[in-house]
Amino acid sequence: MSWLLVYPIVIPLMTAVLSYLFRNTPAGRWIAVAGTAALLLASLLLMADVLEHGVVVAQMSNWEAPFGITLAADLLGAVMVVITAITGMATVVYSLSDIPVRLERMGYYALLQILLMGVCGAFLTGDLFNLYVWFEVMLIASFGLLVLGGNREQLDGGIKYVMLNLVSTIMFLTGIGLLYGITGTLNMADLHLAVREVQNQGLLTTIAVMFMVAFGVKAALFPLFFWLPASYHTPPVAVSAIFAGLLTKVGVYSLIRCFTLIFDQDVGFTHTLLLWLAVITMVTGVLGAAAMNDFRRILSFHIISQIGYMVLGLAIFTPLGLMGAVFYLVHHIIVKANLFFVAGVAKRIGGSTDLSRLGGLYAHAPLLAFLFLIPAFSLAGFPPLSGFWAKYVVVKAALDLEMWIVAGISLVVGLLTIFSMTKIWGAAFWPAHPDGIKPRLSDLPMGDRLALMLPIICLAALTCIIGLFPEPFVQFAERSATQLLDPTEYITTVLGVQP
Amino acid sequence: MQSLILTTTTRLLAALLLMFSVYALLRGHNLPGGGFIGGLIGATAFILYTIATSEIEARRALRVGPSNIAVVGLGIAGLAGLSAGLAGEPFFTGQWLFLFAEDGGKGLPLSTVLVFDIGVYLAVFGGILTLVFALEEEI
Repeated sequence: MSWLLVYPIVIPLMTAVLSYLFRNTPAGRWIAVAGTAALLLASLLLMADVLEHGVVVAQMSNWEAPFGITLAADLLGAVMVVITAITGMATVVYSLSDIPVRLERMGYYALLQILLMGVCGAFLTGDLFNLYVWFEVMLIASFGLLVLGGNREQLDGGIKYVMLNLVSTIMFLTGIGLLYGITGTLNMADLHLAVREVQNQGLLTTIAVMFMVAFGVKAALFPLFFWLPASYHTPPVAVSAIFAGLLTKVGVYSLIRCFTLIFDQDVGFTHTLLLWLAVITMVTGVLGAAAMNDFRRILSFHIISQIGYMVLGLAIFTPLGLMGAVFYLVHHIIVKANLFFVAGVAKRIGGSTDLSRLGGLYAHAPLLAFLFLIPAFSLAGFPPLSGFWAKYVVVKAALDLEMWIVAGISLVVGLLTIFSMTKIWGAAFWPAHPDGIKPRLSDLPMGDRLALMLPIICLAALTCIIGLFPEPFVQFAERSATQLLDPTEYITTVLGVQP
Repeated sequence: MQSLILTTTTRLLAALLLMFSVYALLRGHNLPGGGFIGGLIGATAFILYTIATSEIEARRALRVGPSNIAVVGLGIAGLAGLSAGLAGEPFFTGQWLFLFAEDGGKGLPLSTVLVFDIGVYLAVFGGILTLVFALEEEI
């Protein structure tokens, strides 16, 4: 039993409770900052433990697996928790300036912490039903964050978001029910063994596709992504940044977990289906982005396009492919959250996120322009930034299997990504502001400038570090991919017996 | 709408419902009942009071904001789970204290499970009332 697995769930819970009770005083927000820092520390300790001892497992209430609730962290789970904590930290600091006191009094920080708890729980659980519960926790918290403040536009986006996500959870729950009906267990490690005993493999494939649909909605895969661009541009910037960074990735993570650990009998069908879905997702996402004319909307469509790459890595289902998927997952969370942060600052000093109402950022805020270029080029896959290695590995994995078309399309999508990044550059940064405003960072008060720029600088630095020193990160992704493809260690540790 | 019959009966019923909710909470460990259902019954008392009088009156009677109650309940439930750590056992393992236990008998069994249930009671009670008050609010 390791308490390290419990901390990433309990710390946000307790932080949420305290920061809600003190929401009417400045203490509330500082409790949130301290709590998130504690979460970051706890996640790093967990990471160190997993690196040292391999898979870490905890059985809640002392009930042995597969009867109780199991928390388990392998390399993928641990790195996702670390990156969640990093994004959470960046968001909380950014919120200090971005979130008005009015929203704070409604319990903004508590909801944010509950969201972090849900995300960490989803990454750490070793039980399918428990995963469903964490999905619900996330859904409730994220709906609260989306409509907090409640203007018309937010409610419109929020309702679409919650309806489509409810459809997904119902699908997920039905799939869980059917799976439990034919195997009698929901512990993921136990399921890995149980699905091999099932007579009716056709039914199992059907259930696999139900899970694919459920997680596909969460991950914003084609054709189930409509909720994402409809809602992500409406809430405060800090909220859309953490949504863009984390929420869809939980869907991708669940896809990776379930389609390596549980549903790997009919790879020819399920993973080929995933492959083509991934390719179409990539293309529609990037084309959608090219048609948009709003900073945050362009970025929202890019999330969809990039999800395609991650799922592509999973669908290729070779060690190299999965390695690319893991690498991409981590890289994309950092980069995408950062781009939303930049969009927020641009809105703050330039007055809008509509590209036709923005301008002059390069002339008057060169630091911001530079900090936009780093994640933007990383997203498009420019060497030597983190995105280059992520794309390189995925495309290499496709080329190794001689999937010429798939590799070709993913390269073209990369090119189109640059196109829409230059579109943002060409409208928001390069020309003079249409209203003659001079968007200067120095016009912001010192405290605001610090709270807004610090997360952007740290995340951009992280992107550069991953890009310039990819060796340890690539090795890590490789080990993690090996662990995913051969889950023996995971299963032995969870069940406590040799399979 | 003011109804004399409703206001008069509410005075009796609200007290009864609150008492019954505590009863349901306490018997919940081995018999039907528990924190969730107890919290619902407790909330019903205040909902009835809201209908009989007004949302403002009910808030005044409750004294503490319902959302605060819910959040404190969440905290209590979490702490009950954490308490297992003091005994060196996994998260959420029930810790028992047998008061006045004489040889063979269990005496008065007290446990962190009950503390968890009280947390759930408060969370449900506060959560439901937050919703109902928000819906009943006159704008």
